[in-house]
Amino acid sequence: MLYTLCFLLFMIGLYCVLVKKNMVKIVIGLAVMEYAVNLFFIMAGYRTNGQAPIISPQDLAGKTEVTANFINTTVDPLPQALVLTSIVIGLGSLALMISLCVRIYEKYGTFDITEIRRLRG
Amino acid sequence: MSYRLPAFIFVPLVTAFVLPLFGKKGKSVAALLANVVTIALLALAISCLGQREVYEVGKWPIPLGINLVLDGLSCLVLVIINIVAASAMLYSTRYMEQYTAKSKYLSLFMLLVTSLNGAVLSGDIFNLFVFLEIASLTSYALVGFGCGDEELEASFKYMVLGEIASMIILFAIALVYANTGALNMAYVSKAIQTRSLNPSLTFALAFFIAGFGLKAALVPFHAWLPDAHSSAPAPVSAMLSGVFIKVLGVYALTRLIFNIFGISIPLGWILIALGVLSMVAGVFLAVGQWDFKRLLAYHSISQMGYVVIGIGMGTLILAQGGDILWASLAILGGLFHLINHAVFKSLLFLTSGSVEMSTGTRQLKQMGGLADKLPFTRATCTIASASIAGVPPFNGFWSKLILVVAAFQSRMFWLAAITVIVSLVTLISFLKVQKYIFLGELPDNLKDVKENKGTMLIAMLFLSGLCIAMGLLLLPAMKDVVLDPAVQVLTDGLGYSSKLIVAQ
Repeated sequence: MLYTLCFLLFMIGLYCVLVKKNMVKIVIGLAVMEYAVNLFFIMAGYRTNGQAPIISPQDLAGKTEVTANFINTTVDPLPQALVLTSIVIGLGSLALMISLCVRIYEKYGTFDITEIRRLRG
Repeated sequence: MSYRLPAFIFVPLVTAFVLPLFGKKGKSVAALLANVVTIALLALAISCLGQREVYEVGKWPIPLGINLVLDGLSCLVLVIINIVAASAMLYSTRYMEQYTAKSKYLSLFMLLVTSLNGAVLSGDIFNLFVFLEIASLTSYALVGFGCGDEELEASFKYMVLGEIASMIILFAIALVYANTGALNMAYVSKAIQTRSLNPSLTFALAFFIAGFGLKAALVPFHAWLPDAHSSAPAPVSAMLSGVFIKVLGVYALTRLIFNIFGISIPLGWILIALGVLSMVAGVFLAVGQWDFKRLLAYHSISQMGYVVIGIGMGTLILAQGGDILWASLAILGGLFHLINHAVFKSLLFLTSGSVEMSTGTRQLKQMGGLADKLPFTRATCTIASASIAGVPPFNGFWSKLILVVAAFQSRMFWLAAITVIVSLVTLISFLKVQKYIFLGELPDNLKDVKENKGTMLIAMLFLSGLCIAMGLLLLPAMKDVVLDPAVQVLTDGLGYSSKLIVAQ
């Protein structure tokens, strides 16, 4: 169910990119797509009622390896690290896109993509 | 452990951040430094030929950390990236004088080289995505570098489609991770072999094909390419058309299909269909163009089709359990055309830049009779045109010949026929280029046009020398070192993972 909602969010973003005519709205659509993917990544590593993947000295209590119980109840930390990376990349691309929008507005005086079409063929 | 592999990423990355420090006054020093770095990287890439190497980043063992893998295929692509990067950089030393902020350009260019090298060497799918994003972001900035209205428009268009592609690829990576619990290519491949493809992995594969297809500008996904590649400054077009679409499109896709997901008959047909569509649609759209760089950009789509059908035929023959000899021949044709196309298409873009710099226009109809005025540009442009059209002694002929032979041997006569017809149409469109630019009457406003000398000329002569000499790669001694290891990686298919894990 949650996965379906996540996919729906991705599709809303894609719809926004494909249908909207305002450049800023297209940029927002791309951002929504990115959040949907990030959310999906987090959900892939999530475990209901799981615990944080941190081992304290008491948990080990003399053992040299973590127990199977620990592995089976913790949340996967890797997707969270990946999502951090992808958020940073997303920030970079969002900044570049917005600055492009500003420069295009200076040149053409509009945000409407149907009026910005000097390239053809 | 040798530090050769991280040097491919680390050296240009550091250079990229040092270059802007030189500012306006030291820009000739900056240009010199950038050239030294690209040429050194080229030498390093050539020294890697025919070797295998694995480097673990930060000494983390393989399934935990990121690893860099050098094998036959990545080595071949690495060499071609650095050949094109070195000549484009040499060319930009003079060409980019007409733009302001040259040191920023050099910095972005170095970042592009960094990310392309990284994407080829990476053995980890998420790391591949990171390099792909760095490459895409720098290329959006480079396409819009002139900051004219057309450049910005092309850059925005390219960026929207490119970002959709990146998001689709990231989604597919998330799906793969959710299903296999690994990001390392070898371990993902092993997990897929033990569990076989389930529906969500098939879905991920479809997303990968769509995403990398968009980056490679194969035909249903090609709309951004002509705008972006024709609006960029000439050396950047050479980089984008020459290596960007190959590394992030075809290389990544073949790596995923052959070495990770495993080949199947439907995949072979999908690749052939994409290839044929790109080949035919690209060339027919190209013939009607009157803007020189736009015409070249459409030809990039068409020539990428050749590469993809070669690889598609190989996939199909292997999946049907056919003769491995013909499968390797088809793949060899595809990969050989990939490197040939990188050389002659970047040369064509460089000559187009030279013509544009001398005459100030890209419109074929406004030029003519430049043969006497631009003798060197004319000579190099003719060599490159003959190569792309597949005229005998030049490199394009040999790869097309291999593709046609492979199509005949695998009993796909229609494919061989299409290949030959597309080649003829390519010849026609380049005869048109020659006629309108270099022959005919010289317009009055172009009477005092001058040839571009210096580094631009050296870069063009270097690449045209390669166009003539690359047919020699088919000699057995050269083929064993350069091409065969790359073909081997693909025909081995899923053996990739076991080799890598055992190598530990």
